[in-house]
Amino acid sequence: MYGFQEQIGFPILSVLIFLPSAGALAMLIFMRGRPQLYKWTAAIVTGLNFVLSLVLIGFFDHLTAQMQFLEHTVWIERLGISYHLGVDGISVLLIMLTTLLSLLVIPASWNYIKQRELAFFASLLFLESGMIGVFAARDLFLFYVFWEVMLIPMYFIIGVWGGPRRIYAAVKFFLFTLAGSLLMLVAIVAIAWLARPNQFAAPVFDMDMLEAAVFSTNVQFWAFLAFFLAFAVKVPMWPLHTWLPDAHVEAPTAGSVILAGVLLKMGGYGMLRICLPFFPDAVSMFVPYILVFSLIAIIYGALLTLVQKDLKKLVAYSSVSHMGFVTAGIFALNVVGIQGAIMVMFSHGLLTGALFLMVGYLYERMHTRQISEMGGLAGPFPVMAAFLLFFVLASLGLPGLSGFVGEFLSLVGVFTYNKAMGAVAAIGIILAAAYLLWMFQRAMFMGLNDEKWYKSPDFNLREIGTLTPLAALAVWAGVYPNTFLDLIGPPVEKIVNDLAPYLADNGDAFSRLLSSLGGF
Amino acid sequence: MKAAAILIPLLPMTSFIITGLLGKRYFREKSHYLPVAAVAASWLLSMFVIVQVERGETLSWQIYSWIAAGNFNVDVGIQIDQLTAVMLLVVSTVGFMVHVYSIGYMKGDPGYYRFFAYLNLFMFSMYMLVLANNFLLLYVFWEAVGLCSYLLIAFWYPKVSAANAGTKAFLVNRVGDFGFGLGVILIFVTLGTLNYTAVFGHAGDIGTGTLTAITLLLFVGAVGKSAQFPLHVWLPDAMEGPTPVSSLIHAATMVNAGVYMVARSSPLFFESTTTMFIVALVGTFTAIFAASIALVQNDIKKVLAYSTVSQLGFMFAALGVGAWVAGLFHLVAHGFFKGLLFLASGSVIHALGGEQDMRNMGGLKNKIKITYWTFIIGALAIAGFPGLAGFFSKDAILEQVFLGGYWYFWIVAITTSFMTAFYMFRLIFMTFHGEPRDLKAFGHAHESPRVMWVPLVVLAVPSALIGLALGFPPGAGHIDSFLRPVFEEVLGAEHHFGLLEGGLMAFSALIGIVGILAAWRMYVIRPDLPVKTGARFQGAYRVLLNKYWIDEIYFALIINPVRALSRGLWRFVDINIIDGFVNGSALFFRGVGNLFRPAHSGKVQSYLFTMFLGLLVLLAAYWILTL
Repeated sequence: MYGFQEQIGFPILSVLIFLPSAGALAMLIFMRGRPQLYKWTAAIVTGLNFVLSLVLIGFFDHLTAQMQFLEHTVWIERLGISYHLGVDGISVLLIMLTTLLSLLVIPASWNYIKQRELAFFASLLFLESGMIGVFAARDLFLFYVFWEVMLIPMYFIIGVWGGPRRIYAAVKFFLFTLAGSLLMLVAIVAIAWLARPNQFAAPVFDMDMLEAAVFSTNVQFWAFLAFFLAFAVKVPMWPLHTWLPDAHVEAPTAGSVILAGVLLKMGGYGMLRICLPFFPDAVSMFVPYILVFSLIAIIYGALLTLVQKDLKKLVAYSSVSHMGFVTAGIFALNVVGIQGAIMVMFSHGLLTGALFLMVGYLYERMHTRQISEMGGLAGPFPVMAAFLLFFVLASLGLPGLSGFVGEFLSLVGVFTYNKAMGAVAAIGIILAAAYLLWMFQRAMFMGLNDEKWYKSPDFNLREIGTLTPLAALAVWAGVYPNTFLDLIGPPVEKIVNDLAPYLADNGDAFSRLLSSLGGF
Repeated sequence: MKAAAILIPLLPMTSFIITGLLGKRYFREKSHYLPVAAVAASWLLSMFVIVQVERGETLSWQIYSWIAAGNFNVDVGIQIDQLTAVMLLVVSTVGFMVHVYSIGYMKGDPGYYRFFAYLNLFMFSMYMLVLANNFLLLYVFWEAVGLCSYLLIAFWYPKVSAANAGTKAFLVNRVGDFGFGLGVILIFVTLGTLNYTAVFGHAGDIGTGTLTAITLLLFVGAVGKSAQFPLHVWLPDAMEGPTPVSSLIHAATMVNAGVYMVARSSPLFFESTTTMFIVALVGTFTAIFAASIALVQNDIKKVLAYSTVSQLGFMFAALGVGAWVAGLFHLVAHGFFKGLLFLASGSVIHALGGEQDMRNMGGLKNKIKITYWTFIIGALAIAGFPGLAGFFSKDAILEQVFLGGYWYFWIVAITTSFMTAFYMFRLIFMTFHGEPRDLKAFGHAHESPRVMWVPLVVLAVPSALIGLALGFPPGAGHIDSFLRPVFEEVLGAEHHFGLLEGGLMAFSALIGIVGILAAWRMYVIRPDLPVKTGARFQGAYRVLLNKYWIDEIYFALIINPVRALSRGLWRFVDINIIDGFVNGSALFFRGVGNLFRPAHSGKVQSYLFTMFLGLLVLLAAYWILTL
């Protein structure tokens, strides 16, 4: 069995979830007015959590698809709610990404945040708790609680420490997500109610039981739709993406890093964890439409990225395109595609996290994010240019770095499902090279507009220190991706195998869609 | 052999990392020590490997499992056979010489360490490209060499034209890679493997339609990397890079990757007559198309660049008509003589302090003698002068095109041969003969330092002799027997060299000489003729000078429309429609909120009343539902 006692001896998942919150509370109560102390506390707590997530991977049995490090305590018995935690390879990978990025944003915010610093660092820690909770929850009610817990600090991070239009951005972010959350809440209550074994039993929130439950096609249709929309807002899928550029442009660096690095992954994670296993019949109905929307996201997102003038907005819009590969890979419904999608999620977390860090560092020097005001910066800032080039190349899918593995596998998955769709998705890779290299050229190459930048310092050790781990992981995931693919392989195979019986007689749903549309 | 095989790429890789990280601060003007030593060692090891292959030894080695996801399994592995050996010969030799040459050419450049680091990264990638044992790994290093090309084209990045050229090269290649990548995926989806041996073993099992699709997609990649029409546009611009880069990457090695890939995939291409014809067609057309542009260019490197495009076209023409060995033979010969020509042109540019316009040259032949004579050898080689490298390799192509029944391609190719001889010697005469046209530059002109001219002399040797060494007697030379095992299944029977072949050979030699003489007449005897001719055929002249306006067409038909579309989508769809809807609904809810604002008056009695009403409604609903 995979209880936490047998595997490691202490409730490691609970510790991972609540250590940051405990740290935040301690900071708020005992360290008011002592910035050095609480900043270091935040750094140490997130550092410990990162180490703990590595311990988790170390003790993780990656040969099985079973949930591991299980913790199960009844919480509200009459409502069938329990405190149930467990992780598989997908969760473990994303938890590691979360703890890493949560750690790195602490030094990145060290001097950047000028007001209400304590509240800021405490928010980051609460946020970390919520994110890890989502990835570890095995009870749908608990899942929802963590989901909401995670949104509130992010709302404040954007709304309090953001740029000039922060209120608009924060409200937009909140409304989009809230609309999604409400749909999800309704769906959660509905399926918990409908999954009762008999009419006198308590509702079923346990995700293991919900996976086993069988819902009527009609229920599946509506529940799938509600969950899917909630997750699609998070991904974000076209056309639900417009909160993203605003949120990113206004958010402080740390907010953008976490938002792009982890919060967007909640969408893909939710689809894998809930939509596919719970509603297999609905999946086959929706697949062709979702794939079409994913392809639109890839191309549309890339085209819009091409014409952005603000560096941060450019990175934000590029996320829309990259995340299209995630949803496309997931709904290709084969092992290669889904593994690719998860690799894209992981890699995008590393690379976009790094890119947002770099945008922040650049902004601290230049006080602008307008690409037109840059140019020739490789001269005064060679180290910055080298890092930016690296992350640009990784992000445009240069083989040997992390971006390639995920996108290529995702493409293979989509291509296996439908060749034409694979070909369309591949256009996104041409466009990615176009918008990234063009940006790089305008920012780093060509003439320098002002010699005064030679007086600004190049990256310091703190900045290099936050980027190097991300670069190292990007190389690792590109050169030896099996470390990560092994981790996510068994759970992905389980998801696909469980779905297989429902898809067998459906054939190529895209062709059916075409024929239903065109009558041929 | 294993140790040698792995060290060949790893030495430059190690040197790249060390030089890249420490060069700026510690090595500075000594940055070339390690890189040059690394490529020298790789060269020695390559020679060792070639000798082993010559003795009949080959290698197939899975190093580790790279990507394993579901049924998708790809290894990192190395394969060495005769084809790899031939590529190693060119890559290691020209690579080594270019490194040595760069010590002199790049001396004093602020990015000295960076230059050698990039060159080493390129050597690593190029070695791995030819050593890879499967299609995905080939794709990986295909893109990696493209990256190095990008970095080196944009090496002088403050220059706008250099930055533009770098980006353009990467993007145009990405278009090709889009096809290549889809081809690789299609192979995997069809056969479930990407390993060369396994794929070629099952080539016969693939349906004709799929096979044609696969090979055409792969060929799109080759068209991009080897700068064939219509994706040739990046190569002339790539001349913005330092000249050693043009020599190594954009003439002798990387641009050959497309030819190599098609040759490597010969079992697939061979099965599809449609693809083969398209390969031959694109190759032949590109050959004459690029040669015609080269006739009127005034930038010394641009002439050589279009010449490269044209010669690569010859190679594809050869592959397309099934003259596999001839195509590769020309690749080798061209690698040496075009590498030489670029280095020699660099020596001219160096002598004139950066001047590239041939209209400002002239009369240099006595000033820079070594450069002049090595240039002559390279030019005679490419013009197909009897006895030199290009004579044997190009003639082998022409002959097989003709004998294969493609007489229409032969006519185009022989015309191209004439143009080749003409534009090469136009270049020679404008640069080295006649009166100096820029006296100031001429006065300062000086021969390059020894570290630069020695590589010229070294490369002149194979440019002169490799044809005789490998290609004599025609059709039954050493290279034919050496490469035969690779192309065993796709090669017809050996044929005899008879009267017809002799006649063809003599004719093409004659055409080359006529081309040289024509250039002599126009640029030495009657220097007024070019202007007159240009004026007389003004329309044609402008078309050629403007390179058929291909770049402008791309801007008008693709780049500008895409930008306009993107801006439109952003402004209209994102901001107006979607956000309009979002903000509109926010306004709507605010309005609705205002509507109900009186309800939240804070008066307890009104709340109580509302609750009572609500209760009534619920009870009524319950009563109706349970009825």
